[in-house]
Amino acid sequence: MPAAAALALEDVTCAFAARGGKGRYIAVRNTTLYIADGEFVSVVGPTGCGKTTLLNVAAGLLMPSSGRTLVRGAPLSGINARAGYMFQSDALMPWRNTLDNVTAGLEFHGIAKVEAVSRARDWLARVGLSGFEDRYPHQLSGGMRKRVALAQMLILDPEILLMDEPFSALDVQTRQLMENELLELWSADRKSVLFITHDLEEAISLSDRVIALSAGPETHPIGEFAIDLPRPRDVAEIRMQPRFSEIHEAIWQVLKSEVLKGYAQSRQ
Amino acid sequence: MRKAGSEIRIDRATLAFYQALLLFAVMGVWYVLTETGILAPFFFGKPLKVFQVIWEWFSGGKIYPHLAVTLIETILAFAVGSLLGLGVGLWLALSPVASALADPYIKALNAMPRVILAPIFAVWFGLGITSKVALGVTLVFFIVFFNVYQGVKEVSPVVLANARMLGASKRQLLRYIYLPSATAWVFSSLHTSVGMAFVGAVVGEYLGSAKGVGYLILQAEGVFDIDTVIAGIVVLTVFALLLDYLVSRIETRLLVWRPRAAETEAM
Repeated sequence: MPAAAALALEDVTCAFAARGGKGRYIAVRNTTLYIADGEFVSVVGPTGCGKTTLLNVAAGLLMPSSGRTLVRGAPLSGINARAGYMFQSDALMPWRNTLDNVTAGLEFHGIAKVEAVSRARDWLARVGLSGFEDRYPHQLSGGMRKRVALAQMLILDPEILLMDEPFSALDVQTRQLMENELLELWSADRKSVLFITHDLEEAISLSDRVIALSAGPETHPIGEFAIDLPRPRDVAEIRMQPRFSEIHEAIWQVLKSEVLKGYAQSRQ
Repeated sequence: MRKAGSEIRIDRATLAFYQALLLFAVMGVWYVLTETGILAPFFFGKPLKVFQVIWEWFSGGKIYPHLAVTLIETILAFAVGSLLGLGVGLWLALSPVASALADPYIKALNAMPRVILAPIFAVWFGLGITSKVALGVTLVFFIVFFNVYQGVKEVSPVVLANARMLGASKRQLLRYIYLPSATAWVFSSLHTSVGMAFVGAVVGEYLGSAKGVGYLILQAEGVFDIDTVIAGIVVLTVFALLLDYLVSRIETRLLVWRPRAAETEAM
C-alpha cells in the first residue's frame, strides 16, 4: 500500500439481501483501491455495476460486509468527515435558496452566520453564480444546480472529493464546461478525487489514473491505467490528441466485453 | 402571472360580474319561490328576512362576541392540533418501534367518527370553549399527523445523505432536514386542517354551549326560527371563506421554494 494514500478501500465486499427474500446479492467483491494524495482517480464500469456502492463505502454512508476503508491510514467508522460527496441526482435542500444551501455545511459545523455567508458568497462567485443567491433550486437550471452542489461541497474544504457521475444529467456542452471548471478548481489545491463515471472519455480527460470495473454482480477491478496526458487540460481539445485515442483504445479493449455483459444483463 | 395554455379567456372583471350574477339569480329564485308560497317560508326562510337578521346582528353588535368565541376555538384547536400532530408525527416517523406499536391504534382512532366524542368532551371539559377546542384538536391532529408522517418518510434519501456528508448531526438532521420537510407537508394541508378546526368549533357549539355562532343556530332552531338558522349558516360560510383566503395568503408566503407549473411574468 502506498504510504501517502489519502483513501484506501481494502478487500471490500458488499452483499445485500436479494430482492424478494432468499439469498444474497453480492454487488462488489474483494475490491482494493488506493487514491494517492492529490491524485485524480476515475472509476469506470458498465451501468449498474456497483460503482455507487463503492463510493458510498468510501463516504462512510455504507458499511461494507467485509473489508475496510482507510482514510490517511486510519480505519474509517461512521461518516468520512474528510470527504466531500457530490451526488448523481439532486441533493440540494429544496426549501433553502442557493446561498443557504451553500452555507449549510458551515452551519452544521457551528460557524457563525455572518462568516458563513461571506464565505458562501465567495464560493458562489467562484462557480459563477453571483446574483443567484436568492433563487431556490427549482428556479435554477441543471447546470446551475450542479454548480451550487459543487460550492456546497467545496466550501468545507474537504481533503477528498467523492463524485458520483456528477455531470451525467447535463447536456454535452454544459458538461464539458463543468468538467473544465472542475479541473481548474482542482488544480488550485490538488485534492484527492475519486470520480465515478460510465463515460470513458470523461474519465480519461479528467484523471491521472483510470480503474476499470467488471460488470456486476460481484464487481471487481479488472484493469488500471495511468493517464500520462499533460496538464493543464482542456477536456474538449484533449480528445483530439493521438495519445488520448491510444489510451481510449487500450481501456476499451478491457472494458468492452464487460459493457456487453452489463448490457445483456440489463435486458433480461 | 400568466399560465401557458390556460383555457379561460375571460378577463377577471367579466368573470366576477357573471359570478355575482349567478348568486343574484339563485337569490332571486329563492325569493320568488318563497314569496309565492311554492316553497313554504316556514321551512325555507325568506332571503330578505335572513339579510335583515344578519344586518341586525352586525349593526347591533350582537354577533361579535359569538364570532370571537368561534374564532378563538378555531385558532386554539388548529394550533394545539397542529403542534401535537407535528410532534407525534415526527416521533413516530423517526422511531420504527414506536410506530409499529402505535400503528393499529392510530388507524382505529382515525377511523372512529370523532364527532361522537363531543358529548364526552362536554362532560369532561364542561360547556365552555375547552370542550370545543378538544373536539377540533381530534380532527386537526390526524390530518397534520399523517402529513408529517408522510413528509418525514418521503424525505429524499439523497438530500439526507448529502446533509450527513456535510456534517449534520442527528439533531441537526431533525432541525434542518426532517422538520422543514415535514412542515412543508403541514402547510400543504393547511386548508383542510383550518377547515377541520372550524368544523370542530361549530359542531361542538351546536352540540352544547353557551356562546358561539353554533350556539346561535342551535337557539334559533329550538324556536323554529329558520331565517336565523340560515343567517347563521351564511355568516359561518363567509367566515370560512375569509379563513381560507387568509390561509392561501400565508401558504404562498411560506412555500415560495415549491416548484409550480411554469409561469412567466406579464410584461
